[in-house]
Amino acid sequence: MTYVVAAYAVLWAVSFWLVFSMVWRQRKLQAELHMLQQIVENEATPQK
Amino acid sequence: MKRRNDTWLLLLSSLSAALILVALYLALAGAPDVAAKSDTFRISYRIIYFHVSTAWVGFLAFFVTFLASVAYLRTQARKWDIVALASAEIGTLFMLGVLVSGSIWARPSWNVWWIWDVRLTISLVQFLVYVGYLMLRGSVEDPARRASFAAVYGVVAFIAVPINFLAIRLWRTNHPLMFGANADQGGLGPNMMFAFFFSLIAFTVWYGTLMWHRVRLEHLRDDVEQLKQQIVK
Repeated sequence: MTYVVAAYAVLWAVSFWLVFSMVWRQRKLQAELHMLQQIVENEATPQK
Repeated sequence: MKRRNDTWLLLLSSLSAALILVALYLALAGAPDVAAKSDTFRISYRIIYFHVSTAWVGFLAFFVTFLASVAYLRTQARKWDIVALASAEIGTLFMLGVLVSGSIWARPSWNVWWIWDVRLTISLVQFLVYVGYLMLRGSVEDPARRASFAAVYGVVAFIAVPINFLAIRLWRTNHPLMFGANADQGGLGPNMMFAFFFSLIAFTVWYGTLMWHRVRLEHLRDDVEQLKQQIVK
């Protein structure tokens, strides 16, 4: 039984790692995108 | 349009999670025991349901990488490069899962963690070939050259997949033959087919979900790059 648990734990770990790495990368990119959009908007707004 | 896609992606993610949970139940409890003399072999055989499904996703992912690489070489369209990358990344991780889960199955069944058997060795080589694919992508700066090199590599690397698939039929190996062998020789019995194929379907849907998420991530990365270039200009 130990081997079955170990094998399934490894497969779940691989799957979760993949999902969490994607979530983490997505959050990082969204934050960067948001920051860049603000820079573009600030540059587009005419200064008084 | 984007919001509608998000809803579909959420639905697909929920469906694949539900299918994987049912497959897990079938693999661990629902499916009948294999006819085996030893208890250890009988229990450890339940690893096979997810081990084979993981291998199937690995092979499918590399086939998609191959097709997308051919499509990229013909059209030079960025979308095919994204599909090839996403699929190769998922396939490589699933191949790692195959190697580790297979090794854990080998311990109670063969009394060793690893042997340099034809099937096992080719699987390891296949995994390393696709690690090389990802390393190649990481080492070329220019996006167009990176995509072209990766596409050629993605086409050539695929040769490992049919060789691996046919290895247990072409050469003498310790690896069990799932179809065409008796249950006591490690083959699947007729009453185990439902759990086996359910698991294959669940993993295929899971692969589709992961692909969608990964492709979406790469599009987001492209948006960021585009904005950065807009600011530089």
